[in-house]
Amino acid sequence: MIVIDAEKCIGCGECEKACGFGAMSVVDGLARVDTNACTLCGACVEACPEESIGIEGTRLSGETSSGLSAWQGIWVAAEWRPTLGIAPITHELLGTACGLAAKQGTQVTAVLLGFGVTDHAQDLIRHGADRCIVVDHPELAFFTDEVYGNVLADLALTHKPAVILAGATPMGRSYIPRVATLLETGLTADCTGLDIRKEDGSLLQTRPAWGGNLMATIVCEGHRPQMATVRPYVFKPTNPDPDRTGEILSVIPKPEHLRHRVHVVETILEERKGPALQGACVVVAAGRGMESQENIDLVETLASLLGGAVGSTRAVTDAGWLPERTQIGQTGVTVSPKLYIGCGVSGAIQHVVGMQGSEIVVAINRDPTAPIFDVATYGIVGDIKEILPLLIKRIRAERG
Amino acid sequence: MRIIVCVKQVPDAKTVRFDREKGTIIRDGMDAVINPFDLHAIEAALQLREKAGGTVTVISMGPPQADSALREAIAMGADAGVLLSDRAFAGADTLATTYTLWKAIEKLGGCDVVFCGKQAVDGDTAQVGPGLAVRLGIPSITCVNAIELAEGPRFRVTRMCDEGREVVEVETPVLFTVLTTLNTPRLPSLKGKMRAKKTHIPVWGAGDIAADPGRVGFAGSPTKVVSTHVPTFNARREILTGTPDEQVNALIVHLKEAGILS
Ligand SMILES: Cc1cc2nc3c(=O)[nH]c(=O)nc-3n(C[C@H](O)[C@H](O)[C@H](O)COP(=O)(O)OP(=O)(O)OC[C@H]3O[C@@H](n4cnc5c(N)ncnc54)[C@H](O)[C@@H]3O)c2cc1C
Ligand SMILES: Nc1ncnc2c1ncn2[C@@H]1O[C@H](COP(=O)(O)O)[C@@H](O)[C@H]1O
Repeated sequence: MIVIDAEKCIGCGECEKACGFGAMSVVDGLARVDTNACTLCGACVEACPEESIGIEGTRLSGETSSGLSAWQGIWVAAEWRPTLGIAPITHELLGTACGLAAKQGTQVTAVLLGFGVTDHAQDLIRHGADRCIVVDHPELAFFTDEVYGNVLADLALTHKPAVILAGATPMGRSYIPRVATLLETGLTADCTGLDIRKEDGSLLQTRPAWGGNLMATIVCEGHRPQMATVRPYVFKPTNPDPDRTGEILSVIPKPEHLRHRVHVVETILEERKGPALQGACVVVAAGRGMESQENIDLVETLASLLGGAVGSTRAVTDAGWLPERTQIGQTGVTVSPKLYIGCGVSGAIQHVVGMQGSEIVVAINRDPTAPIFDVATYGIVGDIKEILPLLIKRIRAERG
Repeated sequence: MRIIVCVKQVPDAKTVRFDREKGTIIRDGMDAVINPFDLHAIEAALQLREKAGGTVTVISMGPPQADSALREAIAMGADAGVLLSDRAFAGADTLATTYTLWKAIEKLGGCDVVFCGKQAVDGDTAQVGPGLAVRLGIPSITCVNAIELAEGPRFRVTRMCDEGREVVEVETPVLFTVLTTLNTPRLPSLKGKMRAKKTHIPVWGAGDIAADPGRVGFAGSPTKVVSTHVPTFNARREILTGTPDEQVNALIVHLKEAGILS
């Protein structure tokens, strides 16, 4: 329960501003809380300049502060897939982890689970890890939530990292919640920003909520490790340094951790033409403004001329003009190419959260008030049926 | 087969508005609905009951209003519902939520299959399903988009992964988190609606499920939100002017400058 000290409250409204859930208001010069809307997040407590707001009831203490300091260093759970090798998110996580570790004066450890993976350990060190813990075992040849979860949780209990970062990929979002539950600690899903809080070194984890309309920053103060999954293609990977060296630690998993009840029968790979959407340098996105399936050709031609991938909005995948996997946004994929071209895309927030990391955003839309222009580097107000053929012709001419 | 569906009531996305100035949600006029993914979880449970027999029980942790979500599930065909509602449950993060759901399932006498949605659209965490499976000591399969039942009982399940699809096999007990592509949720029948009206839905608090007060709600949640803001974008916002030809030419110049057309 939020309690407000009426003696101290000056009705300044700072709590109302701080509350992300619309639960605080000032009525007759006094702060008031709507208990149905309140999630007890504590934002108002921190915001109140008069220290007039408190939370009744105590939080589970978790570790004592001396217990907390036993947990040190930042871990990156490397993602290895038998068919893909080391997933790009791993290098992005290492880049981020190095930045955080530099702020804290601590070390980065990559943890690599899989089968026949020992050769990759050196690569992870070249990408920024100070140390790599490798668990190379036939039972890890296929990903199963139970085995991967058990093994990672056991390593964490043994080595006590302060932070564990993993990819917010289908794999990471499947087994990392198991690890957090086994360790009885907090986990923040799908982060797009990470930082260190100066006062106490806590990991500040920022993630989109409510379809990207609201960004929430979350901490896990009293428990270790602090765990987060991180959205792919949000952070830039570091360039590998061929001369970097580091310790490689091989660990044999305990037999009781290798038992699993889910058996992988087969993996069916999906065929893709052109570069993968995530990770592409150029993305040309089709919106409802493409008007019909036939016009999608224009987007495909432009993308292939620029060596890029085709993306879409939900309006387009709903209409069946492009497959669902091309959808960019909150319920689709995140892209952060050097160049994004939105063709007949209105720029709904649910779409924008998936492309706002793009370096150059070009918007082509005939409605000058379309919100996509707010996020565009260059905007062209015009009809795609006129602009796109011209653009294609000009690029062809450039290319000779 | 004892089948449990975890259902969350969420604000209807169509009615949620945001105050850009204050950076908060506007709660007035917001409707509550069953989390869209959970409708598919309910449908999957009903289809399984049709094949394997047994009972479908829906459970939800939430404010007293969440009662209506459970009644909707019963109208669709679920046998029973339990509402977990207690002031002490407020402020729960996913760790406290899975603890609470687990204690309730224990009180119900356990289960053979649990269905959850892939994620709740308000928080988008997708953590409750896998976390609950750990507490129940059962395997979990996430992002399921096809389920076949064979002798055993044994399930052959397709789940989505990064490189495509994976076909896996599992026996009961098991927890699935489902995608919206798994099935098409049925609409409540008239008879179902009548039954839903009459059904008694018990409300359980922390004491009823013998929960440790330190592990539920705010007290049992290691994570906390320290701040929120509405994202802003600092784009250059240069509108290219002139005839279509001139606009395209200007764009070509900019792309060349950026090293994209070299
Ligand atoms: C919970 C939830 C999750 C969602 N997740 C996603 C997501 O992940 N990704 C996503 O994309 N959407 C998502 N959406 C949908 C999103 O809100 C928008 O509806 C969608 O992005 C709109 O797509 P659009 O821009 O193609 O279509 P519209 O909004 O219809 O815009 C079409 C634009 O094209 C312009 N136009 C029309 N004709 C022409 C022409 N001839 N030449 C030039 N311009 C033209 C119009 O001016 C208009 O601006 C989600 C919605 C919800 C509720
Ligand atoms: N409070 C709750 N009560 C019942 N089920 C829940 C609750 N929160 C989450 N779930 C279930 O867990 C799934 C994933 O939710 P989340 O991890 O919050 O994204 C949902 O689709 C529901 O099936």
